[in-house]
Amino acid sequence: MTDYNFAYLDEATKRMLRRAILKAVAIPGYQVPFSSREMPMPYGWGTGGVQVTAACLVPEDTLKVIDQGADDTTNAVSIRKFFARVAGVATTEATAQASVIQTRHRIPETPLTEGQILVFQVPIPEPLRFLEPRETETRTMHALEDYGLMQVRLYEDIAKHGEIARAYAYPVRVEGRYIMDPSPIPKFDNPKLDNSPALQLFGAGRECRIYALPPYTHVKSLDFEDYPFTASKAAGQVCAICGAEDSYLDEVITDDAGGRMFVCSDTDYCATRVAAQAEDAA
Amino acid sequence: MQLTTGFANPPVDAARAFRVVLDAMAHPARIVDLPPIEAPAPCSPAAAIVLLTLVDATTPLHLAGAHDNDAIRDWVRFHLGAPLVAPQDAAFALGDWDALGPLASYPQASADYPDRSATLIVECAALSSDGVPLTGPGVQTEASLALPDIAALQANAAQFPRGLDFLFTSGAQLAALPRSTQIGGA
Ligand SMILES: [Zn+2]
Repeated sequence: MTDYNFAYLDEATKRMLRRAILKAVAIPGYQVPFSSREMPMPYGWGTGGVQVTAACLVPEDTLKVIDQGADDTTNAVSIRKFFARVAGVATTEATAQASVIQTRHRIPETPLTEGQILVFQVPIPEPLRFLEPRETETRTMHALEDYGLMQVRLYEDIAKHGEIARAYAYPVRVEGRYIMDPSPIPKFDNPKLDNSPALQLFGAGRECRIYALPPYTHVKSLDFEDYPFTASKAAGQVCAICGAEDSYLDEVITDDAGGRMFVCSDTDYCATRVAAQAEDAA
Repeated sequence: MQLTTGFANPPVDAARAFRVVLDAMAHPARIVDLPPIEAPAPCSPAAAIVLLTLVDATTPLHLAGAHDNDAIRDWVRFHLGAPLVAPQDAAFALGDWDALGPLASYPQASADYPDRSATLIVECAALSSDGVPLTGPGVQTEASLALPDIAALQANAAQFPRGLDFLFTSGAQLAALPRSTQIGGA
């Protein structure tokens, strides 16, 4: 055994987190308050997600951690190493091999499957916060299902910009009840939230909130009849590495002269496609 | 005083047990298996594992009917340290359906904090998928589970997002019915 308890946190803390997770699953889209613990990493590193993952992991798990789609950033590597050490879990970069995936700001391109758990790191869990800074007020708005102000604000966007001007953290309605912040994923990923066979858990460390989307939950991006939601990205772009037309692309600068190209944000998806193409060519 | 054992390796046993319970809660009506464990009669192994995994000194527990006996009270004191309380103060309750009594006696939570409702662990003679059709989050198309009192559980679900959540236990088996599940295909 190591100096750490299994999955780092003490048993009382994990019980508290587990009770919160079960209530979150029972009330899809509602933010359950919990007592956030100090983790051996700064808040910006997804301590909410880390605590949810710690409460869920079993030694038999295979864990994948992504940061904006990439497995190899400092943040993703250090969280993966942390859980390999304190929970003894296997790790992977392959979406299809993972039983638990902790993510910051993306949903993998490879469709998730039954039995997988996707844990989101959430900076600001309250979708109404930009309208109303007072917690007591937003809590009442959720309780009364009083979402008129949100509708008005989004419609003002349309009047001003011709569309809802939100590329990230685009709000959703869960099972026709709670409005939920899907974390700062690109709106391109929003359709993947809906009716997913995987369990989706959201952890906000600084704000001490856990919320959930059980598998096969109806998740609708907010829109209007005359302005339906569109998940589209920049039209006509394909990945410069693997040629994917269907994945979310990052623009990267390639040289000092300002050359640039578009590549898949999901590094595992891109690498898997390149490997398959190499095999086909062989 | 004879105290039956708890978890052999608490951190790992509790982690594995939680994942099974989470799987059940995320898939209402799915009947899942927990490992066998020694439990004080008439507590089922599944119910004992749920208690060991989720209940402690911070979560008041109501023991109902035959489950409110010396052996179980001693076991709770030794392994959980949970305060034993009346239904209206319970975060968790354990007993047969009839002994648990009217659902209205348990905390239903407020619309502001719907998470602050009780979870009832309902001991059953058997768990069966031969029951009413269930739909809602966690159910791909339709599921079914034999339920003790359809009208009472429909009334509970109608309070959503308020309401109680249920863990049905029998032997080493468990099935969950969160408040979000619509009962009877209505
Ligand atoms: Zn690519």
